[in-house]
Formats: sequence, C-alpha cells, structure tokens
Amino acid sequence: MLKAMLGEAWQAMGANRLRSGLTMLGMVIGVGSVVLMLAIGQGAQYAVAQTISTMGSNLYILISGSTSTGGLRSGGGGGPTLTVADADAIAELDGVANVAPVQQGTQQLVYGPNNWSATVVGTTPPYLEARAWTLVAGYPFGDSDVRAATRVALIGQTAADNLFPNEDPLGKTIRIRQSPFVIVGVLGKKGQNLDGRDQDDTLIIPLTTAQRKVFGNPFPGSVRMIMVQATSAEAMPAVEKSMIALLRQRHRLRDGQDNDFYLRNLAAAADSAAETTRVMSLLLGAIASVSLLVGGIGIMNIMLVSVTERTREIGIRMAIGARQRDILAQFLFEALMISVAGCLIGLLLGIGGALLTNTLTDMVIVISGAAVLVAFAVAAGIGVFFGYYPAHRAAALDPIEALRHQ
Amino acid sequence: MSEAVIRTVGLSKSYLTAAGSFPALRGVDLTIAPGEFVAIMGPSGSGKSTFMNLLGCLDTPSSGDYFLVGRNVAKLARDELAALRNRRIGFVFQGFNLLPRMSLEDNVALPLVYAACPRDERRQRARRELARVGLGDYAGARPSQISGGQQQRVAIARALINSPQLILADEPTGNLDSHTSTEIMTLFADLNRQGISIVLVTHEADIAAYAGRQVRFRDGRLVSDQPTQTLAAC
Ligand SMILES: Nc1ncnc2c1ncn2[C@@H]1O[C@H](COP(=O)(O)OP(=O)(O)O)[C@@H](O)[C@H]1O
Ligand SMILES: [Mg+2]
Repeated sequence: MLKAMLGEAWQAMGANRLRSGLTMLGMVIGVGSVVLMLAIGQGAQYAVAQTISTMGSNLYILISGSTSTGGLRSGGGGGPTLTVADADAIAELDGVANVAPVQQGTQQLVYGPNNWSATVVGTTPPYLEARAWTLVAGYPFGDSDVRAATRVALIGQTAADNLFPNEDPLGKTIRIRQSPFVIVGVLGKKGQNLDGRDQDDTLIIPLTTAQRKVFGNPFPGSVRMIMVQATSAEAMPAVEKSMIALLRQRHRLRDGQDNDFYLRNLAAAADSAAETTRVMSLLLGAIASVSLLVGGIGIMNIMLVSVTERTREIGIRMAIGARQRDILAQFLFEALMISVAGCLIGLLLGIGGALLTNTLTDMVIVISGAAVLVAFAVAAGIGVFFGYYPAHRAAALDPIEALRHQ
Repeated sequence: MSEAVIRTVGLSKSYLTAAGSFPALRGVDLTIAPGEFVAIMGPSGSGKSTFMNLLGCLDTPSSGDYFLVGRNVAKLARDELAALRNRRIGFVFQGFNLLPRMSLEDNVALPLVYAACPRDERRQRARRELARVGLGDYAGARPSQISGGQQQRVAIARALINSPQLILADEPTGNLDSHTSTEIMTLFADLNRQGISIVLVTHEADIAAYAGRQVRFRDGRLVSDQPTQTLAAC
C-alpha cells in the first residue's frame, strides 16, 4: 500500500515536472536559507565563545580615575588613584583568586633591523593565570623579577612572528626605548579579543621594570589598572561589593562622594556579547524561517490547484472504493514528498553554501547535526501542515459531484 | 429462493437546487434476483442515473430503503459505502473513467490497492481480468493508446477485479459505435451467463434486448417492468 502510494505520488509529481520543481524550489530556498543562517549564527556564537574563553574567566578590571576625567588618559593634574598596595589589599579579600596590577601602552620593539609596535603590559605573575595564558616555550617571570625590576619579557605570537620571522625568540634580547630586554618565554596564541584587537600582539614584562624603564611613572606606587579574578562566577557579586567597599575605605571617600576609580566587569561584557550573538543567530533563523513558511504556502497553493484539477480522478477513485482516508493520505503524501525532496536539496545547498562561505570569507561556520535534523523535521511538518487542508478538501469531495466534474 | 441482490423500497432522492428541492426519484420499489440481467430505460431526466448512483452506493437516498444482498445500506457512513463499492459492486460508466496517467494494468488493479491487496497478487489478478475482456496483450498501454471500445473493456475488467456479485453500467455504450456496442453487450451477456447480476441503463431497444428484463422510468417513477420475451411478443 505504501509502495503503491509512493509510486503514485512520484507519478503525480512527474506528470507536471515544472510545477513540482517550482513548488519544490520554495522549500529548497526555505530550508537552504535556514540551514545557512543557522550555520552562520552558530558559527558566530562559537567564535564569540572561543574569544571569551581566551579572555580569562570571572574577571574585573579596576581603572584609575584621576583629576582629569578620562580614566585611562594620563591627565595633567594628579596621578592615578589606584596603587599596588590597593592590589595587595584586594588579594586578601574572600573569593578573589588572582590580582594583578597593570600598566600598559603601545611601544616600539626593536630587534636588530626589525621594528614592531606592540602593546607592552607591565604586570605581576598572577596576570598570566588570570588571563588563562600559557607559555609555549621558556618560563614566566616571578615575584623576584618584579621586586628586582629585571629586564625580562614574555612575547606574544604576533609580536614574535614580526620581530623574529626566521628565528627562535627565546633568549634573544630586544630593545624598548633603548633598554634591553631578554625574551624568557613565548606566549600561547589567543587570537582577537571581543573588541577585535589582536591579543597576541603583546609583550609582558614585570610591572616595576615597565614603570621605571618604559613608561616612566611620576607617581611611584600607583598603577593605571588592576585586574581581579574571582574564584567563581557565583563569587563575583560578593567580590564586587567588598572590593568597592575596601577601595572607598582605603581612598577615604565619604558617603555621597563618587568612586575615584572605574570598575569594568569583563564577565558581564562577555555575557552580553554572547547574548548579542545568540539573539543575532535567532534573528537570522527567524528571517530564514519566513522563507520556509512561504515555501509551505507555495505547497498548499499548488496542492489546492492539483486537487481542483484532479477532481474527476478523485471521483473515479472514490467510485471504485477509495475511502476518505485513502484520498487524504494520497494528497498528504504528495505534499510530503514535495517538501521532503525540497528539504533534501535545500539541505545540500545550505550546507554547500555554508562551506562556500567558510572558504570565501573568514567567517566561522558551524553546521550542527541538530540544526539539520530540526530543519528536516520542520520541513516535513510544513508538508503535513500545509498539505493537510488541500488533502482534506479532496477527501471531503462528494463522489458524484467529483465524477461529474470535467 | 436465494436472497435478492437488490431490493429497493420506496427509494426516493431529492436534489437541492437554486429553485428548491427537486424530486428526481419518487419512491421506487424494485427487486433483482441473483443472476438477473436488467435494462433500465426511460427518457432523459427520468431519474435513471440518480437510481443507478443509489444502487452503486455512490449516493444516499433522501428516503426509502435499499437492501444490497439483504443488508440495508441506505444509512451507511461514507467509508462503509466505499467498502461496498470496492468489494460488492462493479461500476461501468458511459465515459469509461480510466485514469489517463496509469497503465491499463494499474487501472484495472486500482480497486485492489484500496482493498490492501499485495502487489504481486494485484498484478496477477489485473492481468487475468484484462485477458478475460480480451486485452491480455495491452497490460502496459495507456488509455489514450487504445480505442473507446477497448477502454470500456478495461473499465469492465476493473469492475470485475474484486469479483462482485453485481455490475452496474450507466449507458456503457453511449459513447460507442454500434459495432463496438455489440461487442461490449456480448461481453456483458457472457458475464451474466457466469452468474453476475447486471443492471444497465440504455436508451436503445436493441441494447436493452440483451437483458432478460426491462424496466422503464418516467419522472422519477418506475412505470413498467417486463421480461424481454414479453416485450418482443407485442
Ligand atoms: N446533482 C443534481 N442536482 C440537481 N438536479 C439534478 C442533479 N442530478 C440530476 N438532477 C436532476 O434530476 C433529474 C434526473 O436526473 P438523472 O438521474 O441524471 O436522469 P437520467 O439519467 O434519467 O437522464 C433531472 O431532471 C436532472 O436535472
Ligand atoms: Mg443519465
């Protein structure tokens, strides 16, 4: 029975190839765009998740205020409000895993004839752990290097590739503002951060060395930034509260007086970036679904025409014993066949389009089996949903009326 | 006496038209015994087709009863009627009503599809019925490739495939020339000799002469009912 129905549905489709093909095209485009859009959306989500995982988790950044308002700009008047002592005090708080004072800026790195401008980060050893940064060669500098302000450096991949195109950077000496630095470690690759900046175009040196030899600091003991890592996401709200209270107390701020520092929650920024891409991929999927819907309506339209055209055939079938459910099944089956065939072709085209996008652009594409399955199920559902009404109309025809139809 | 194949009691049918209810059939009592060959005659619009559609379980009466082999089918549901059409009755139309996209074999086998008969058996039985109507060599042809008379034979083969006790034919020779009509009538007479009851509508006396009994309709009523021999005598 099923085989006979399959054969008949196939014949019916073959009887009007152009029309079946065009109807199918609606489904092809619908499913294809859903698959493609889901692949792009999921790719974007994946890329953001990757980026977030390179930033380090549960991070806060404290930024000094100064008498001039722009937190990071060194103003004319007073110095930075945060100090290394503040950092040490924060490290004692419950729920704090790592604290690293940071002084950073762009500097020209020189190795032999090679020049390269990179972000130089002066900090303390916990920085690496807070940023989840591993070394692929060499070793990190320690607290003693910070105390003694030694001229050692950890180099990021991009800076290394540009300064040392054909050499192993380890053990080489580079110069920043005439001061020599020995490369003691090479950092693992991280890629871009959420703002699109290359995190690997960097050089990490001890904070003390940075302040004395590279940036110069007219206000000893102060720092522009402090990076704070909480032990867990759950600990973050408590850490935030106690950190602010501690700093206000240390800075002797009275009630009603504004904070003289800024607090940036990197975890929240990461969450909102993830949320943004999630919403974006949902939107993409929703827009693509509209074309799937249009494809479904196309099927309904054609099936209605087909029922009208084949009224006499329906009458004949009824006259020789087709029950209502037989007629219903026949037309549902045809609709299902068109939508499933269209869905298969659409899947292939969508996946092909996704792969093409992947090779032609640097967009990350993720094709998940779940998405493909869902697209398939939805297409089959559309076939049944939009095929049902025409099929029901066919089955409800009166045999005599149908037979009389020309 | 064995049970009547057909027994109608006060069978009536009214159509709803724009002008109101139109009584096309007004209380027809008719009993047909197994193995009978009955011709229904009457002027156009006298209700012959309406009556045949009721007999064929294609339609339900407005009032009255219809016993098909003893079972009152006047008030059966659509799908029960479909099952009766499929297994008990073979219907032959004036316009042949074959499905143009299917081979003759598939056309003949179609009732078996709705009887959930397995494929091999369908094919086998369809070939046997095609051979029975003299078209054994045309199994793969399309309806458009054969003549009208041959198409009507295929339609008869299709009507025969579920081995019905009853064949209903509404002007089966209406679209055929007289020579082909004779061939078709010979076929019907043959089937009747094999024990199948036949009820056939026709305008023409020489076609009706193949039947053993002739009934006449006028204005939705049965006005005469006589054996063919008696008619020939007067
Ligand atoms: N579906 C219908 N709706 C309205 N009137 C109908 C319908 N079918 C038949 N009739 C009318 O019923 C009468 C009997 O029709 P029919 O049974 O086809 O007659 P016959 O077959 O004897 O020519 C005719 O007057 C016809 O116009
Ligand atoms: Mg008629």
